[in-house]
Amino acid sequence: MFDWIQNIADWFVYEVLNLDRGQHLAEALNFFIYDSTKILILLFVVIFFMGIVNSYFPIDKVKNYLSRKKLYGLEYLVASLFGVVTPFCSCSSVPLFIGFVRGGIPLGVTFSFLITSPLVNEVAIGLFVGLFGIKTTIIYVISGVLLGTVSGAILQKLKLESFLTPWVKEVLANAQRDQDIFQEEKQPFKQRLPIIWAEVIKILKGIIPYVLVGIAIGGLMHGYIPEGFFEKYMAKDNLFAVPIATILAIPMYSNASGILPVVQVLVAKGIPLGTAIAFMMGVVGLSLPEAMLLKKVMTLKLIAIFFGVVTLCIIISGYLFNSIL
Amino acid sequence: MSKSIKILGTGCSKCQSMTGVVKEVISENNIDATIEKIEDVMEIMKYNVMATPALVIDDVITIKGRIPSKEEVLALLN
Repeated sequence: MFDWIQNIADWFVYEVLNLDRGQHLAEALNFFIYDSTKILILLFVVIFFMGIVNSYFPIDKVKNYLSRKKLYGLEYLVASLFGVVTPFCSCSSVPLFIGFVRGGIPLGVTFSFLITSPLVNEVAIGLFVGLFGIKTTIIYVISGVLLGTVSGAILQKLKLESFLTPWVKEVLANAQRDQDIFQEEKQPFKQRLPIIWAEVIKILKGIIPYVLVGIAIGGLMHGYIPEGFFEKYMAKDNLFAVPIATILAIPMYSNASGILPVVQVLVAKGIPLGTAIAFMMGVVGLSLPEAMLLKKVMTLKLIAIFFGVVTLCIIISGYLFNSIL
Repeated sequence: MSKSIKILGTGCSKCQSMTGVVKEVISENNIDATIEKIEDVMEIMKYNVMATPALVIDDVITIKGRIPSKEEVLALLN
C-alpha cells in the first residue's frame, strides 16, 4: 500500500542526492523520508475520521447516555469505548470528571472513561498503524479498552468516594440522574466539515514537530544501532523489564508523539513488543501534569490509588503481550 | 450595549489560544465588549461544561471544547 512512498524515498536519496546504498547516512535519511511521509498521511486519515465520529458523539451526549441507561455491568466497557471516540485534552479532565459525577455516573465508570480516553486516541492510533501495522494496532486498541474497563471496575469495588475532595463530595451528594437539556446541533455534514477540518489541521500542526523529531532520532538509531542490540539487556525473560519500562514512562507525557517512533526502532532492534507497549501505555495514559490537575477533585491518596491500579494493569498487560506475541 | 464575554478554561494552551482569537476579533472590529477569563474549576462547573475551553457570550455558552476561527467568533458577536 505504501510502496510508492518507498519509491519516492529511494529516488530522492539514491538518485537526487546520489548517496550510496548501504551507507549509514543514506539509510537513515531514506528511513526518515519514508516513515515521516507514511505516518503523516495515516495520522491525517485517522484524526479526520475520529473528528467526524466525534462531531456526532459530543461529550454531553456520552454523559447523558451513561447517566440514563441501565447497562447491567456493561457500563464500564461502554464508558471505555466512548473514551476511544472522544478526543481527550488533559486540561478538560477535571470539568469532565465533575460533569460525570454530577450526572450520577458511578466513580468507577468515570475512571474507565478517563483511563481509555488518553490511552486510545486518534494520535496514538495513527502513529501505531504507521509504525507497527494494523495487527498490532488492533491488539493495542483492544487491550487499551480492556485496561480501562478492568481498572474502572476494580476502582469501583474499592469504594473510593470518601477520598474525593470535600466540594466534590458535595456535588456527589446532589448528583441527579436527570437529563441535562442538551439541544443537539442539527447541522448537516456540509456545515460540520469546516469545523472538523480546522480541528484536524490544528491537531496536526501541534504534533508534527514532535513526530518529525521522533522519526529523525529513530532514523539515526535505525542506521547506527546493530540488529538485536537490546536483546542482551531487555530479553523477554528479564522479569524486571516490563515494570521498569512502565514506571519510566509515567513522567513522560508531552513527547508522546515523539516517543513512539523511537520505541518502534527499539522494537526493531530487539526489545520485546509487550515491554514496548507497556512503556507506550505509560507514556500516553498516565502523566504527572494530569495528576496535578486531578488534585482539585481528588485527594493525593485517591490519585495514588488510581495511578497504582492503572500501572499494575499496564504491567500485567505487558507480561501478557510478551507471553502471547 | 457592551457584550460580556467569558472564557472558561483551566489555563491550558488551548484556552490561551481561544482568548487570543477573541481579543483579536474584538480589537480588529472595534466591538464593545468585556473579556473575562474564568480559570477556577468551581466557577467553570457552574456553567455545566465538560469540555474546555468554552466561550460564553452574555451568559450563553456558544462554543465548547475547541478553538473557534475568527469568522466564527465575529458571527457570534454580531
